[in-house]
Amino acid sequence: MKKIVLHGRKVVGGCIEGEALVTKDTISGWGGIDAVKGIITERRHELRGQSFKDKILVFPGTKGSSGTSMAFHATRLVGTAPKALIFNDMTTKAALSAVLLHAPAMTDFDKNPLEVIATGDRVKVDADNGTVEITKK
Amino acid sequence: MKLTDEEKTLLEGSEGIAYQKAMELLVKYGEALGAERLVDTNNVCVSISAGAYTSTRPGASINEIDAVLSRMYLDSDEPFEIPRAKVYTCRLIREMDPENWQIQGITPERHEMGILSEKVCARIGMQLMHSCTPYLLGNVPVMGEHCAWIESSAVIYCNSVLGGRTNIEGMESATASMLVGKTPYWGYHLDENRLGTHLVEVEYQPESVMDWGLLGYYVGEIVQEHVPVINGVRKAPNIARLKHHGAAAASSGGVELYHVVGFTPEANSLEQAFGKKKPVAKLKFGKAERKTAYDNLTSATDTNVDFIMLGCPHYTLEEVGNAARLLEGKHVHTNVNLWIFTPHALKTIADQEGLTDVIKKAGAVLMTDTCPCISHISPKGVKTAATDSAKHAHYMPAMLGFPTWFGSQKDCIETAITGKWRGELK
Repeated sequence: MKKIVLHGRKVVGGCIEGEALVTKDTISGWGGIDAVKGIITERRHELRGQSFKDKILVFPGTKGSSGTSMAFHATRLVGTAPKALIFNDMTTKAALSAVLLHAPAMTDFDKNPLEVIATGDRVKVDADNGTVEITKK
Repeated sequence: MKLTDEEKTLLEGSEGIAYQKAMELLVKYGEALGAERLVDTNNVCVSISAGAYTSTRPGASINEIDAVLSRMYLDSDEPFEIPRAKVYTCRLIREMDPENWQIQGITPERHEMGILSEKVCARIGMQLMHSCTPYLLGNVPVMGEHCAWIESSAVIYCNSVLGGRTNIEGMESATASMLVGKTPYWGYHLDENRLGTHLVEVEYQPESVMDWGLLGYYVGEIVQEHVPVINGVRKAPNIARLKHHGAAAASSGGVELYHVVGFTPEANSLEQAFGKKKPVAKLKFGKAERKTAYDNLTSATDTNVDFIMLGCPHYTLEEVGNAARLLEGKHVHTNVNLWIFTPHALKTIADQEGLTDVIKKAGAVLMTDTCPCISHISPKGVKTAATDSAKHAHYMPAMLGFPTWFGSQKDCIETAITGKWRGELK
């Protein structure tokens, strides 16, 4: 099977494999996700109603309230957290959420992950070595 | 990240576990951001609360409050008592109104937890502002002051209107900053990141609070987390207008800093706003764009309205006064609950001015300290809501589950009296 490798920068270290959930829409933690259910809830979001639990979440970046980190932090405490984060635009909300998730996270890629990765692809995030390996669905 | 000797000492734990955990968190966070170092801050805004800021309740009970707070706010599995803040720290919005909590549907257990959290925050030495608008209550950073603030609507006001310097901090990073007086030197702390990225030419002159909200909501959705420069505004806005504008832009997008040429301190001219950079995109805000924002903010279809929320971000005293004037001698419809939110300190003045009484006599409630989205509170059985806040119109459908109309303060108060939504974009 064809494998694609992206190179990027470690945000939070670690290595994990899982299934991708990809969105072109930015994510707001506070008021945009339900931490207990592990789903996106924002009214006009393309993933509204979908679960990110145990997924490799691939998204452009975060927006909205400063409550974002606390919402993602809560997903870890209640067991609905995504397995890893892959995103393009660095913000304090994204960085702090990644730190509190204790999950591998990466940014600053050589190719746009939103164009290369599709929902359902197998993805191996090796943040320590700065690579993301994608096996297309 | 490069650390000073003082920072290394804190990180090694020789000053105690609380400072060690705070430094660990700031270092991990700074490295995640790609920051080279930390910067000193003497102005922190945060809100520590043992209850719920999200819909989760991670097992908080009174006898384990220190364990809950050190886990939630400083990411520590090892419990400890949070010590006194090292630097000037304000407690922002919290989970209940201390006087109207029963009307808000807060349970006695949650109320007790709220009182306990308040005591912990007082012990830590926080100023108990209990509002999302610290700049209305005496925390007015000076130009260039490095701050570490939570609350997107306050952050954007601090950066854009006052020229203070802060990123949008989370509860955890701001708690750490409060203990050690440091924050990552990254983002809006640096000169080069404060220049404009997108040019917005205003063709429709924003004048009202509602117009400024529509402008912010439209621009935020397009520029996302970048820095819009609003050009062509002829009439000076005021606190309420820019408060609403920023809150809207930080909801539809992640805007943390904007400039209004001629009116905000880092944009005396277009040249100053952009520096040597060229705008990456040019947008316009005309009648069509204003209509788009209005339509996007509207999620209701039923004109029968049973809940009206005013005061997000918390109302200024002027806005409370305007609401009281519209309600004077009138009565809120029996099917409708009208809740108006302002900081507690300003309500004290509203009490003296008789405004609170006018509002109460009309059957509405002037509330303080919190808001529906922060606390997940609303009257029982709401089917359709209305608000004059773009931020609440954005968040209420997702967070509280009811469709919402957006309009002016006047539209909302007329609806409160008749029970029927008749607002429209004029």
